[in-house]
Amino acid sequence: MKISAFHLMPHRELPADFERRYPSVWVTPPWWELADARRVGQYYNWTLDELLYAARAGFDGVCTNEHHQNAYGFMPSPNLMGSVLAKMTNDLDVAIVQMGMTLPTTTPPVRVAEEYGMLDCISGGRLVAGLPLGSPMDVNLAYGITPMEHRDRYREAFDLVLKAWQAKEIFPWNGKYFQLPMVNLWPRPIQEPHPPVWVPGSGSISTFDFAVEKNVCYCFLSYAGAKAARSMMDGYWEVVERKGLEKNPYRAGFLQLVAVSETDARAEAEYARHVEYFYHKCLHVPAQWFAPPGNQDYRSLLAAQRNPVRRAEDPKTLRYRDFVDKGYVIAGSPATVRDRLIEEVVKGLRVGNLMILVQIGSMPHELTLKNIDLFAREVLPSLREIWDDDGWENHWWPERLRTARQPVGATR
Amino acid sequence: MAGAIADGAPAGGRDALSAVTGIAQRSVTVWQGRVPFRVHTKGQGPAVIFFDGPWGLHWSAFLDALATRFSVFAPEHPGTTPGEPDAVRHVDGLWDLVLCYDELLDRLQLQDVMLVGHSFGAMVACEMAALRPSRVRRLALIDPIGLWRDDAPVTNWMLLAPQDLPAYVFREANGAAAKALFSTPENVDEAALARTNLIWAMGSTGKFIWPIPDKGLRKRIHRVEAPALLVWGEDDRLVPFVYAEEFARRLPRARVEVVKGAGHAPHLEQPESVASLVQPFLTG
Repeated sequence: MKISAFHLMPHRELPADFERRYPSVWVTPPWWELADARRVGQYYNWTLDELLYAARAGFDGVCTNEHHQNAYGFMPSPNLMGSVLAKMTNDLDVAIVQMGMTLPTTTPPVRVAEEYGMLDCISGGRLVAGLPLGSPMDVNLAYGITPMEHRDRYREAFDLVLKAWQAKEIFPWNGKYFQLPMVNLWPRPIQEPHPPVWVPGSGSISTFDFAVEKNVCYCFLSYAGAKAARSMMDGYWEVVERKGLEKNPYRAGFLQLVAVSETDARAEAEYARHVEYFYHKCLHVPAQWFAPPGNQDYRSLLAAQRNPVRRAEDPKTLRYRDFVDKGYVIAGSPATVRDRLIEEVVKGLRVGNLMILVQIGSMPHELTLKNIDLFAREVLPSLREIWDDDGWENHWWPERLRTARQPVGATR
Repeated sequence: MAGAIADGAPAGGRDALSAVTGIAQRSVTVWQGRVPFRVHTKGQGPAVIFFDGPWGLHWSAFLDALATRFSVFAPEHPGTTPGEPDAVRHVDGLWDLVLCYDELLDRLQLQDVMLVGHSFGAMVACEMAALRPSRVRRLALIDPIGLWRDDAPVTNWMLLAPQDLPAYVFREANGAAAKALFSTPENVDEAALARTNLIWAMGSTGKFIWPIPDKGLRKRIHRVEAPALLVWGEDDRLVPFVYAEEFARRLPRARVEVVKGAGHAPHLEQPESVASLVQPFLTG
């Protein structure tokens, strides 16, 4: 198993009535009413400190991601964060997991190949290259990309980035969306033929079909837990099998919200309000913005309209105990968290690359460190060897980091 | 979507004529065989091309009224013809779209036409008149989009909640016209198909105007030679009335008429009033 710490870098102090006062946490929240640049500077520094703390505590990787115009998670440039993390972890066997720089909005997309090349060079070959499609709020609303062209643009950018990393000769790229006369990437990444590629998705079938087609790691970034993800991930493994590929658990990633304390009761006392803050405020987005017309192709759209299988329940009607019962969040004592993670997530979904959201919503800095610390000491060691006996190779992890990390004591 | 034409009918490869409505369908494929158009036609007389808005082609009482004096041709925008949702993928931008329509008129052997358009379709009509000024004799634009003012932004209907859409498009959100365009059938499967077709129609037309419906018409509009009639619903909540002045100022010979008791689709909410404005304009 490889277990990484994931961070969204959310606004941690939204007003109590935020979701009643404002129409959305994404695209339209008014900066001047809700934020203060100096305080936000503190959030960025806490975020970096928390991820570095996780790296030192024994996590295998640290994850950042790109989003725009929101209070849910605002690292518009994940690579700015990633470069700090790469430099500061040069003495550790930790992967820099960029989940990552959004392809359809980066123009020209060779910029992604260049910056990831830099990160791989700075980190000594420890980069995991997430190549995300980006959310409709980021790509279509904030960055103005036409919904119907979103996926097409992504596919072209993906092929361009992979070719730019590997080509031995200078080449012209005469694409539909991008034209570059002489592609000759400086720098190239250390990892050959290229850094491991992860494709994050939020449950769209066409994204995991794409991941299988490209033989990369598909990462389901879900906030609804393993129970809700089960049928989706079963479908993923069916596609893998149908394509004649081995069911290597490392070709699947999954994001899970986790909150650990000494006992289940203490976990509730400490984390309940932060979990509710996350689901009630950080996910407060008008439903139709997740799929502007044209973003889904006609067949998927018709299938969704005919058979709304996974019609998401409104998380605003749920409270902490519901989130825990349903598995949206795995919270409690180390034993509770360990058992549920192994059974529901790791074995239930067949996941080799696990990402843990270690900081949830309004969770303050000290409590986040506690969550990281308890997880690293009491939970992580029991997960690490899960797939070892089956002899799977994690092809989607930097080669020099594939052996197990030596246990490192947390140093607070 | 009762009354909407693009609702589940098979893609027609041959011409068909309904005895009840007198509307015939013609299929014409352009763009190196990649873009099939289905065109609804009715009536006798000089040719009038009707370009509909972004919610799928909707044959209405207004078009019936025009068909009493003219040959009305109403093409479905690429992607909105049943059975051909991916046709729009071969049309990469507004320039491609306008040339596809130009080719369609060539194939229909309509050299001398009058253009009527609504909303997105009115923008297309205006682009057509700017592309080939000599082909167009009259230009009637009903609540067109295509220009932009920062102080009066056009509302992006693609970002509205589906249940809020009727109140933005119509003056009376629960009126008969709103129901005719937006209400879904009771049958569950038919309702799913209707919702899908509505969303897809917005996506297929939205492709040419996202994220701001200003794609340079203001640089081309001076080329229009035809006399123009601008018809505006008094309570248009999507495209503010200031745009009537913007269009009128840029078109060489334009007249503005305001329709009371109507929102963004006056030809659907007040078909007689709008027909009584458009018909004499096209005749005169």
